[in-house]
Amino acid sequence: MHGKALPYLLLMPATLFLCIFFLYPFVLVAFEAVTRDGAFTLDNFRTMAGGWKFPVTVRNTLLLAAIVVPIQLVMALLMASVVSRLETGRSAALYVFAIPLGISDLAAGLIWLAIFDQSGFLNTLLSSLGVVDKPIMFLGYQSKLTIFIAVALAEIWRATAIMMVILVAGMGLIPKEYYEAAEVFGASPWQRFLRITLPLLRPSLQTAIILRVILAFEVFAVVAALGGTNLPVLMGETYNWQFTLQDRNVAAASALLILAISIGFTLFFLRVLRVPKEARI
Amino acid sequence: MSAVTQAPAAATADARKAGDWLLIATAILLCAWVLLPIYLLIVNALSSPDEVTAFPKHFFPSFDLGSLSFFINFAGVARALWNSVLVATLTMILAIGFGAPAGYALSRFDFPGKESFRFLVLMTRAFPLPLLALPLAVMFIRTGLDDTAIGLALVHTTLALPFAVLITFSLFSGIPVELEEAAWTLGCTRWHAFRKVVLPLALPGIAASAVFAFTISWNEVFAAAVLTIENRTLTAFLLQSLGESPLYLKFAGGAALVVPALIFIFAVRKYLFAMWGIANR
Repeated sequence: MHGKALPYLLLMPATLFLCIFFLYPFVLVAFEAVTRDGAFTLDNFRTMAGGWKFPVTVRNTLLLAAIVVPIQLVMALLMASVVSRLETGRSAALYVFAIPLGISDLAAGLIWLAIFDQSGFLNTLLSSLGVVDKPIMFLGYQSKLTIFIAVALAEIWRATAIMMVILVAGMGLIPKEYYEAAEVFGASPWQRFLRITLPLLRPSLQTAIILRVILAFEVFAVVAALGGTNLPVLMGETYNWQFTLQDRNVAAASALLILAISIGFTLFFLRVLRVPKEARI
Repeated sequence: MSAVTQAPAAATADARKAGDWLLIATAILLCAWVLLPIYLLIVNALSSPDEVTAFPKHFFPSFDLGSLSFFINFAGVARALWNSVLVATLTMILAIGFGAPAGYALSRFDFPGKESFRFLVLMTRAFPLPLLALPLAVMFIRTGLDDTAIGLALVHTTLALPFAVLITFSLFSGIPVELEEAAWTLGCTRWHAFRKVVLPLALPGIAASAVFAFTISWNEVFAAAVLTIENRTLTAFLLQSLGESPLYLKFAGGAALVVPALIFIFAVRKYLFAMWGIANR
């Protein structure tokens, strides 16, 4: 076999696959979003934005991301710090913290449904403590706030692991000598965290945040399991346009909106958390 | 003199001990945060249907298999389970089959176009990939792939392929090229050397990334719900029956999704960091 052609031959299946099933569908979805019956139009976007639900949908999605992601960042940093300091039981703790990584968002929604349902464990706990006399309906159509809290908790529970794993790997790359030197100069653990861990962790923080923010805009099954249609989010509305309302073009417009928001935030975090080449470890 | 030096030493020792306790307490608390919700779901799944809908709840399972047997015998569940396994297996084969050669090429060769390929792979991260299912639904109807296991597996492969490429890239990079060169000088062909020297060393890691691909497909909800009608996977089935199905069916279904995921994550725990940590750099 010709040596020069070999790498290209090896890359060909993956490249062709990504072109057909990744690049091409995106061209297609963009095309469908701006046409109707073959003619160029912006009506799909107007229809999408014109519905009474649309402002609520956008607000819910963004608010959820704005509340969930910072809490997750703090929790992931806490988990990663705990793991990196534990001497006994380190791998057990790591495995437990990583469990939600393998759990479907639908399953996560169902897990929290077991807690927040009217006959669920939270009501059982509250009534046995004497806080309430009869079970509260947390997930009814009138309790938007508790639905929101339940969804936020389920999201925090489910997707913190992704950030944690990236941060643990990043912390492993920070040379131990930095910490030893800081300790010699009398830096407290908190100072060491602020002055060494955080700045040197920036590349991992960037990846973790970008990955997580994109996932946050994709929130769908958790909401479906806990709130049904009571808490509309972008991905759920896209699904509705495709199935309940049977309008492919508006669904495509909605998909394009999620895409635009995702790319916008990716670029934003790439810029804000930019790491100069010479500052990399 | 000695009393003066001893006092601060004792104080730091005390502080260190207190810090250790705090660390262990935090670790246990975080583990409980992850494990408790899963435990509550399992309690529900292992209780009889009457107990699941009753109030107040018991915090220990009665080990009644009523819910689970209702779930397994419910119309469509067995088929959905089979479809989930089938799609996930196909995804696994496709992702490794396309991804591993690309990973090998990236780790062993320098060639023009290498960076563009890496960029293409990394770009998939900035996009909400399940949305691809929308335009592909139309394409699949034209090509007869709609509502088939292979059609859905192709979409799930776009999710799993980037991971497979990056993970196998880091795996192959970890195997010294000298080993291969030694085999060549002993008269092995490139393929022979790969099969006899590199493959046995890389096999555990490749198996782990295959399990990872399987899990990605097993857990995916949105694309599965969009692309399947008759041949629904377990996640699609559960999502579409959320509105009408009784609580015990939901919880038993949730447990059926979670338990295999727990096993998968346990099986690949050694590779979790190699996968997420390195794959995200």
